[in-house]
Amino acid sequence: MPGPAELQLNRDGNLRHLLTTEGLSRELITSLLDTADGFRSAQGQPVKKVPLLRGKTVVNLFFENSTRTRTTFDIAAHRLSADVVTLDIRTSSASKGETLFDTLKNLEAMQADLFVVRHSAGGAPFFIADRVTPHIAVVNAGDGTHAHPTQALLDLMTIRQHKGDPNNLSVAIVGDLRHSRVARSLIHGLRAMQCPDIRAIAPGTLLPNDLADLGVRTFHRIEEGLSGVDVIVLLRLQKERMIAGLLPSEREFFKLYGMTEDRLRLAKSDAIVMHPGPINRGVEIANEVADGPQAVILNQVTNGIAVRMAVMAMTISTQQADALCRL
Amino acid sequence: MTILRTTAQITEILDQLACRIKGAYAEPPRLIGLHTGGAWIAHQLASRLNWAEPAYLDVSLYRDDFSTSGLKRSGDTQGMPPALDGDHVLLVDDVLFTGRTIRAAINVLFDYGRPGQIDLAVVFDRGGRELPISPTFVGEELGDLGAKRCKLTGPAPLTLVDPET
Repeated sequence: MPGPAELQLNRDGNLRHLLTTEGLSRELITSLLDTADGFRSAQGQPVKKVPLLRGKTVVNLFFENSTRTRTTFDIAAHRLSADVVTLDIRTSSASKGETLFDTLKNLEAMQADLFVVRHSAGGAPFFIADRVTPHIAVVNAGDGTHAHPTQALLDLMTIRQHKGDPNNLSVAIVGDLRHSRVARSLIHGLRAMQCPDIRAIAPGTLLPNDLADLGVRTFHRIEEGLSGVDVIVLLRLQKERMIAGLLPSEREFFKLYGMTEDRLRLAKSDAIVMHPGPINRGVEIANEVADGPQAVILNQVTNGIAVRMAVMAMTISTQQADALCRL
Repeated sequence: MTILRTTAQITEILDQLACRIKGAYAEPPRLIGLHTGGAWIAHQLASRLNWAEPAYLDVSLYRDDFSTSGLKRSGDTQGMPPALDGDHVLLVDDVLFTGRTIRAAINVLFDYGRPGQIDLAVVFDRGGRELPISPTFVGEELGDLGAKRCKLTGPAPLTLVDPET
């Protein structure tokens, strides 16, 4: 049985679902980012909406809570003129005992063209993509600790915009990499873009075991890890981790790993600071850095809309071309 | 690949086209070239007419063949003003065929407000219209080419070719 990396591409290598950044080629990512750049420039127009997906229906399936990601997917679909339906599944059928498969079949019957899926279980979007009617595209909006491909793509877009091609950059990822789908997807994306120096900075309890296999260098001391980097990606620290005993306290984390102005000076003088949001001030990042000139966190949010427009347009476009071939 | 019009022939056509455009306007209209071929032509016309650098428009997001051809971006929109309310616009394209590109371009322009007037200049008209669109200026009428392909290659030198023969 093919895995997510194979399932998301059609026979010609075009993107028909977006489930993971694992296995995406440099060419495909570059073409996605070029398309997203085009959408970003269109956002400056007086009318931000384009008629590309008029008559298409995008269904947001959020089995897990999310405000920011859902909002940017909503805006992206609206700006492409698609009709958008958002289903907060937590409060609907799942709580009445309907299986994921039955929910899916019901939604298919509503003639959707694209599902945006967020689920707390890793692999749920893959499960759906594997069973869905052929003409429907599935976009992973975050599944468990597995993958968050659109976040990784918007991070790559932001890196490319500020620092150029990742193929000669040093990128440090700081924080809870172990439970982070953002970090995992970004590492796969950076590898595909031939980034020569990917670093992970965290205490041993927050580092996954397979980083060396992915070509990532690990650092326990932030002062060593930040030396000379071009890009710093901070991850959000989740309070549950403290309860699980992986960390003593938020204050302790900030003392050892928090991004302060002093630590930022260890990186290159023109390094950028990124964060997937929402930020915890005084935990992962100091106020002066979060509000400082090197932070590009809000730009990431803007790019998130353009990247999601590009992903929706490309996957639906591939599905339509495939449907014509089947006729 | 067959050459349908040489660079020298196109230069002559553009000279005449620029001359007729100049005579038609007391005040220069706002020149807007459609990516990709129309952008090259608009640039050439502007330098012949001594007009300001034109704006360049990408209409791929407004096309009606997305469901059959998918997304094909041709270039970035550049130099468009914040609004076109009341403006006199001269759209420029290389080859006029079905009229669908021009329909998409007119739709884009209306997202910038309510233009006062829109004219259209094309270098070649190859017939085969599927929409009621008629150009204001034509460099050369090629007659109805049917299913044949014809494509402008450029930006320099400009040549009109049939890429399939």
